[in-house]
Amino acid sequence: MRKAKILGLALLLGLAVLTFAACGQDRKPVLSVYNWGDYIDESIIAEFEKEFNIRVNYDTFSTNEDMYVKVKSGGGSYDLLFPSDYTIERMRKEGMLHKLDFNNIPNYQYIEEQFKNLDYDPQNEYSVPYMWGTVGIVYNKKMVTKPVTSWRILWDEDYAKQILMLDSQRDSIGITLKMLGYSMNTRNLQELAAAKEALIKQKPLVLAYVGDDVKDKMIAGEAALAVVWSGDAVYMMRENPDLAFAIPEEGSNLWFDAMVIPNTSKHKTEAEKFINFLCRTEIAYKNTDYIGYSTPHREAKKLLEPELLNEPAAYPSAEQLANCEIFLDLGDFLKEYDRIWTEVKAI
Amino acid sequence: MKNKWLTYPYLVWMLIFIFIPLLLVLFFSLTVRTPEGLAFSFENFQRFFEPIYLRVLLRSVYLALISTIICLVLGYPMAMILAGNNFKRKNVMVFLFVVPMWMNFLLRTYAWMTLLERQGLLNTFLSFLGLPPLNLLYTQEAVVLGMVYNFLPFMVLPIYSVLSKIDRQLIEAAADLGADQVTIFRRVIFPLSLPGVMSGITMVFMPAVTTFVISRLLGGGQFTLIGNLIEQQFLFVGDWHFGSAISMVMMVIILLSIGVLSRYDKEHEGGGLW
Repeated sequence: MRKAKILGLALLLGLAVLTFAACGQDRKPVLSVYNWGDYIDESIIAEFEKEFNIRVNYDTFSTNEDMYVKVKSGGGSYDLLFPSDYTIERMRKEGMLHKLDFNNIPNYQYIEEQFKNLDYDPQNEYSVPYMWGTVGIVYNKKMVTKPVTSWRILWDEDYAKQILMLDSQRDSIGITLKMLGYSMNTRNLQELAAAKEALIKQKPLVLAYVGDDVKDKMIAGEAALAVVWSGDAVYMMRENPDLAFAIPEEGSNLWFDAMVIPNTSKHKTEAEKFINFLCRTEIAYKNTDYIGYSTPHREAKKLLEPELLNEPAAYPSAEQLANCEIFLDLGDFLKEYDRIWTEVKAI
Repeated sequence: MKNKWLTYPYLVWMLIFIFIPLLLVLFFSLTVRTPEGLAFSFENFQRFFEPIYLRVLLRSVYLALISTIICLVLGYPMAMILAGNNFKRKNVMVFLFVVPMWMNFLLRTYAWMTLLERQGLLNTFLSFLGLPPLNLLYTQEAVVLGMVYNFLPFMVLPIYSVLSKIDRQLIEAAADLGADQVTIFRRVIFPLSLPGVMSGITMVFMPAVTTFVISRLLGGGQFTLIGNLIEQQFLFVGDWHFGSAISMVMMVIILLSIGVLSRYDKEHEGGGLW
């Protein structure tokens, strides 16, 4: 059903683009937005277009890595990106980002203080937080009888060919490192080799390495366990009450996605308008309510239904977050992670 | 020679869109990024010849070969039926065969996913019959199925077009000389159809050996083929150098297989394909 919906939407979007193109050159400025797939309430884009008379070109990516590679190689010429912490750090260090003019983003004041000045952007000059969350295991209570408390359950042969892994290298290697008791940001080659070995050992048990399709699969009951980002878990549990979410005891990844403007952008003011628009309380609320991720927006959070607020998948307790780590940019050492993931997939 | 200038646009086209990009790929494959800039090196090729990547290469060739053989076994009789004289509504059949190709390739492959899933159509049918569900999707067999399904028309159509052009009188002559049906097929029809078979094999083998969509969708990222490896290096890792080296190796393999095929073709005097 969902696939059909997405297809329909894509067709409609395509048609819309065609009609626009057919209308000849209208003078509206065009804002190119590059966001994660399934990561916005799309009606918000239309609202923005209408209110500001700006046309939005909306495009999606599936991992930080493919977004980074595309922007770095000069593809797409985007005006607004939604990367995660470590990728923002990398882009900032490589001088790929514009400093934001916060006079154009007054709604920044609604962002909770604890989400400002984080390590990836210590002076908070380049980014405005969009959503945050964790990585955990979503599982089908009807198929999984053992308690889900450790990443090790993803290596349990009882669930062979019922496990879905994320096709995202930092996440998949990261949880393996956590399982082995190491840091997700390790630069120790021996620890990495151990993680690689574990991932290779796990491969025969894995049903598939997936991206956004994990949601359709888990909702349909195609697999028993899947590694997912917390907000997706909220969405899945809403659609299928048999599903539950757990952050394993060994700890996990705590992440923040934020909005940044690449310095190749020629529409910085328009992009800032869009950031400000997304931080408008009622818009931020609508968006959070729709996608299910956790908002850093103080006022929007107050509007959320208690059901979502009390959902530990969306707003985990300090205890659950105790062992969690934030990804750091690894600089040149990233090559090792690239290689491991390439080899795990290749074997 | 007064029309020679007509070829220049094509030459320019080929220069810009084929020759220069190829040179770029070659350039990238022979360089590595160092802190001081690009440096000439064979490192990328060296890396490719590590066992882990060779296994990917072998897997790609193996799966593509199996798909090609299945396509041939399924496609040849199909082409014969289509080309058969006694078959009415031949055009309708050919048309029906081509129609699915008008639909997007990706869409057709996605359709297979919903058929093969654990809660998919096939398994629903099995459980309706009281049989246990099968793990169909995300297997090597699913990848082969996807290849065969998508590339079968590329096998059937060239064979069909060669078969339908065979001079009927040759077959009649063979029959007059006392050959039975089997001998006619073995000694007359099949040898004459070889050019079609060869071009069918190339047209199936090449896309099958380089595909990355089918293996990703139906293989669930479990069966990395050479195409996936290239895709991963360019889109996710951003290592254009290694990606280019794999592409170069791939190109050499394709050239070699075309060379082998066309040689075989000439020996049988099937007519010049290349």
